Amino acid sequence: MDRRNFLIGGAALGCSAAASPFVTPVAMAAAPWDARLVVIILRGAMDGVDVIQPYGDPALAGLRPTLFTGKAADLDGFYALHPSFEPLRPLWNAGEFGAVHAVSTPYRDKRSHFDGQDILEAGLPDLSGGGLRDGWLNRMLQVVPGLEPEVAFAIGREQMLVLSGDAPASRWSPDARLTISPNARALLNVVHHDDPLFRDASDDAIAIAEQISLEADLAEETEAMMAESPMMEAVSRGGEHVKIAEFAASRLRADTRIASFSINGWDTHARQSNGMKNGARALTDTILTLKAGLGSAWDKTAVLCLTEFGRTARENGSSGTDHGTGGAMLYAGGALRGGQVIGDWPGLGESDLYAGRDLLPTRDVRAYLAWVMRGLIGLDQAVLEQAIFPGLELGPNPGLVR
Amino acid sequence: MPFDPTIAAIRFGMGLSPTIAPPNSVADMLGILAGPDTIAAEVPIPTYTDVYPSPLDYRQATRGLRQAQGTDAEEAADQHRRQVREDGHELLLTHVRSEMTRAAHTQDGFRERLTRFWADHFTARPTKGIDRHLVSPYIEEAIRPNVTGRFSDMLVAVVGSPMMIWFLDQHQSMGPNSQAARGGNRGLNENLAREILELHTLGVGGAYQQIDVRELAKLLTGVSASADQGGYFRPSHAEPGAERVLGIEYGGGEPSIEDVNAGLRGIAMHPDTARHLARKLVVHFIAPTPDADLVEAMATRYLENGGILMGMYEVMLAHEAAWAIGALKVKQPFDFIASSVRALGVSREDIFASERSFIRGAVQRPMTVMGQTWQRPVGPDGWPEEEENWITPQGMAGRITWSMQVPGRLLDRLPDPREFVFTALGPTPPEAVVFAANAAETVSDGVGLVLASAAFQRR
Repeated sequence: MDRRNFLIGGAALGCSAAASPFVTPVAMAAAPWDARLVVIILRGAMDGVDVIQPYGDPALAGLRPTLFTGKAADLDGFYALHPSFEPLRPLWNAGEFGAVHAVSTPYRDKRSHFDGQDILEAGLPDLSGGGLRDGWLNRMLQVVPGLEPEVAFAIGREQMLVLSGDAPASRWSPDARLTISPNARALLNVVHHDDPLFRDASDDAIAIAEQISLEADLAEETEAMMAESPMMEAVSRGGEHVKIAEFAASRLRADTRIASFSINGWDTHARQSNGMKNGARALTDTILTLKAGLGSAWDKTAVLCLTEFGRTARENGSSGTDHGTGGAMLYAGGALRGGQVIGDWPGLGESDLYAGRDLLPTRDVRAYLAWVMRGLIGLDQAVLEQAIFPGLELGPNPGLVR
Repeated sequence: MPFDPTIAAIRFGMGLSPTIAPPNSVADMLGILAGPDTIAAEVPIPTYTDVYPSPLDYRQATRGLRQAQGTDAEEAADQHRRQVREDGHELLLTHVRSEMTRAAHTQDGFRERLTRFWADHFTARPTKGIDRHLVSPYIEEAIRPNVTGRFSDMLVAVVGSPMMIWFLDQHQSMGPNSQAARGGNRGLNENLAREILELHTLGVGGAYQQIDVRELAKLLTGVSASADQGGYFRPSHAEPGAERVLGIEYGGGEPSIEDVNAGLRGIAMHPDTARHLARKLVVHFIAPTPDADLVEAMATRYLENGGILMGMYEVMLAHEAAWAIGALKVKQPFDFIASSVRALGVSREDIFASERSFIRGAVQRPMTVMGQTWQRPVGPDGWPEEEENWITPQGMAGRITWSMQVPGRLLDRLPDPREFVFTALGPTPPEAVVFAANAAETVSDGVGLVLASAAFQRR
């Protein structure tokens, strides 16, 4: 059965049972662009200086007596890649994985995860003026009217502010299931009639669950594609993050153009080498699963991995790092120009650091996000600077998009 | 707005029950709360200090196995270690049963809610697999006895608990000039200090600066925990000299836990702490955008009576906003499941006799789908309050599926949906829910529709 017929059929059933709109009427136009954008929020503040190690900076070894082991292999003569990220080396060599260094949101000084994540996902300079109404990915959808909810998916159990807002977007977790009889479904609509939050969430749940069961073949297709990919041998099977990436890939091969989810566990105050190993495993698995599952669509895909802020330049007293400011954005995908570390390196000398402790951000990370959106989707510069990232100056094009 | 027994049971308690009458007045609610913790005595959960297996039990079992390696005693030592681990798993499941039983059978629902509220405020996640059964004992020891007393006592108990110390890396922290750090590259870890100010006391908008985080981190040095000693003070790790936190100086003499506790008590009585706690309570119990006068009144009472929490609850329940019609909050997944079990009248014996697979299949896994993995929130800020976080498509898929499928496995015979709608929602349920309960084609669908309804899921 065709998905559209299903949605229309569902609407008819709902209306016959109660005088209420079963499904919010949505335009059935697919997104007017073909590129795929995946935004991964790395919660906990990834230490960019550890992942993309500036070994060419003479101050690094002194700041990080245990974290800087010298085992990271070279990327470009100045930066080296943390050994746990080596599974991405083939992508680097193919020009499909890269990093932007010494960036951050405009958030400064308080170094709270929660504020930092809110600012990152809201895409705003600060949290004054009740700015948490929506996220920048959602505002991007708002400027392209008439999109159906499947164009954008927030995946996983967590709320994703980055994709929340007035534009329709879907949310789903791969471990959710739903079976309900047609009669109960109609009556459920009756009991939720006066509560839009429950009504819409239940409608979406039923629609998505049935759509997914109708598209079980899509999941099989993903598995078959992944089985064929040589790099998938290195991926740990069965993790939640892998399921999320598989689900994202299956949606992105269909009508979905934007997917967002998060990978937690980057708050490495102590024994950072362990934490980094786990985080790297989850992130590299995710990227490799996306590549394998997307097949030829990988060439049109941009994966942006963002974190709320960086960590202290100096390691702390327990072989970890504390909350800092500047950090790195990692990116992957065939639509982007990888094989490079972009950004002005501020240096790690005592006087180079921000507030005497953190990597100094040399550019607003939002400028890179904006340029990627401009390159992938062709959004207008004024729209990006005013509606999507209010108060941002785009500045020169870093040339991330191929 | 007048007191309403149905609102009292649902908004400030664990919900309605076919066998337990709802409170009949605010005085009734507060009187029960001020009295003994009856349900905790009837359905005990061990305190952290008394729990078996303790971190020390694990440690001794591991040590025993290491020593026995290569000898005749190896197999027995291995067997013993497995058994300790297994006992921990079993105890975790017992805690789930105990917490469910307390919620479903208490006469003092407000205490259950307050305990969960403060446990969430002071979220401490297990940092190792072998700690997973220790969250409930942590709550039983540091939180529950203090929910009606002084907030500062709770704060001191939490900061002294190994659960919090390990969770926020405090055991790794030492003063840069302490005896222990001398000559090495070990030193301060700000994690606990930051979360105390940002989450537990003043709140992220509070009047503190990075320097206060740093000074509090120095003041906390020496606070540590080990498997052998539990939470304890290590003078060798303490930073010498006094620390100035929020403009007040603490310590300066021989380092001691008394200086740390004095600092915590000082921060607990800061006006921003009073406002932060008051606001959180109102947001949790009443409305996402709290009445500013109510928050201010609660904060004022807190500061006037030396930070005794009971005073804030009195002010909250005396306010008309507490009894407004129109439920602005939704039940979090545990409360949804527990209030369903309560409304269905599942007996204590049946909850306790439930199989391990049932606890996993009917409580733990569904909670995860609904977005609330048992005792494992993502960060130290605990579970989100916003209704949009819970009533998502996948969250609703979990709630609907639970409502339709689990009650039939909990009871031999489900209640008649036409009556159950009044048991679960009180004397004046929405007409649409009454209609649906009557129109369902099976009893289990009828009961399920009542439980899945917005009317039951809201409070």
